[in-house]
Order: sequence, then structure tokens, then C-alpha cells
Amino acid sequence: MNNLVTDEALSWIGKSDPPVEIEVNRSDIIKYSVSTEQVLTKYLKGDEAPPMFIAGLSREIVPLQDLGVDGLPPASLLPDLPLKRVMAGGVRFEFHKKVKPKEVLVFEKKLSDITEKQGKTGPLIFITYLITCKTQAGEMVLEQFQTRILR
Amino acid sequence: MLNFREIAVGQALPEREFTATNVSLFCYNAAIWNPHRIHYDETYTTEVEKHPKIVIDGPLQGDWLSQIVVNWVGEEAELLKFDYSNRRASYLGETLKSGGKVLKVDQKTGLIEVELFLKNEDGEITSPGSATVRFSI
Repeated sequence: MNNLVTDEALSWIGKSDPPVEIEVNRSDIIKYSVSTEQVLTKYLKGDEAPPMFIAGLSREIVPLQDLGVDGLPPASLLPDLPLKRVMAGGVRFEFHKKVKPKEVLVFEKKLSDITEKQGKTGPLIFITYLITCKTQAGEMVLEQFQTRILR
Repeated sequence: MLNFREIAVGQALPEREFTATNVSLFCYNAAIWNPHRIHYDETYTTEVEKHPKIVIDGPLQGDWLSQIVVNWVGEEAELLKFDYSNRRASYLGETLKSGGKVLKVDQKTGLIEVELFLKNEDGEITSPGSATVRFSI
């Protein structure tokens, strides 16, 4: 290991963003379903959200001038690390409730882990976020552990 | 209609092929509001981020994996858990095949565990995954 992750960076583990409320829109479900080549009618008609729809729902939307050279918005909950190129890692979901149009969901994102690994072409840093999604009444909809890989 | 009592360990799930295009990747990234240039700007992708071609989104490949399960069970079961990891990048022009098989069947609880895969044209698994579904019994 190259000790790329400093103690200061590790101190970010456990930090979280303020909760964000997002209303689920039928046309957003339909666009997602068409672009991902869903086959089930309930998804194509927007009656219910496909399981992975939620993964894109909580993406941050910022003014165009705030997007970086790579096109991405400034990353939240990201400490200063020496590797800058971001790749999607993986995701683990636990589903508690199906998502339907007009529901208002409350997302909370927490930085849950930072780990350095050695890849085939060099060092990698894995950052894991726990994103919880609940109804406004506090009922759990899903828990999502999302990994980003810096290379 | 899928019958829980007829599902056996080792049973293969129906496979499906996906070939992303410039248009489908544009629509997908617009739908999820992902402006990362590696999914639409070839010059930036190859010269700055050093990928050989436009990159197929990792979460899109995750969706293709999830579809293997939800399309298989239809309305007969609910998806409880799902995970995947992007082990190998995939690029525009590749055809990826998704599939899986049953790992575990619990006759008492109605729970079924499956493993999932997404393979490239060389047969390499680009994204493995797994899922747990529950049938009403």
C-alpha cells in the first residue's frame, strides 16, 4: 500500500449531507425505463419504479457553471485524496418498499468507509456511501451502499 | 407464470443481450442526470481519462443485471436484496450478455438467492452480482 489515505481523510467517515426531499415523477420513471430497455409494463407505463431507478434519483443537480472539467458536479462528502478520476464501483441494495409516482422520498447520504487497494494498473481508493431513502412519514424505502472508485 | 415449487438450485435464469448505442447512452444519462463526459465525449474520454472508447455506465450495467431477476420472477416474488460490482469497464460497441442461476431455495420461507453475471463478447465477466427474492408461499 502507498498510504494514500491520510488520517484527516479517514476522519470524514461518518459525516453526512443534510436530508434531501425528491418527488418521484411518472415521466422520469418512463424515461428511465425506456433508456434501460425495461420489458415489464408497470415500469414502461411509469406505474412503479424499476429497482435501479432510485440509484440515479438522488444525483445532485447544480448550475452548469459549477460542473467540473469531467462534467461532474463537485462531489459532496469527498475528502482531499490524491487520486482524482472517478469510476462507478458497485452498489448493494436492501429494498423495503416499492417506489411509485408522486411519492416524496427523503434521501440521506453518509460517508461510511474509505479503503485503499492495489489494482492491476495501480493504486485505487474505494469510497463507500450509505444512502438511505425513506418516505416523509419515516418508513424505510431502501438502503443503498454505493461505492465509488478513484484511480 | 413462474412456479416457486418448480424452481431448483442450479436452474439458469433467462439470458439477455444488451448493446448500448450513442443514443441509448445519451437517453440513459439524461434520464439519470449524469453529465460525466466519459459517457458522451469521445475526445475527452480517450485523451484525458485514457479510456479506449466511450464508457458504458456502471449503474446501467447494474440495471441490466437487476432486470434478469425482476423479469424472471415477474409479479410472483418481490426483490429484497440486490448487489453488483463493476469489475471491468465496458465500452460503446460491446454487446454484453446478462444471466444468472439459482444458488439457494428455501422451501419454508419462500426465499431464493441467485447469482448474476454480465459478460462481454470474450466471455469475461464484467459485472458479477447477486439477488434475493421472496415468493409468497
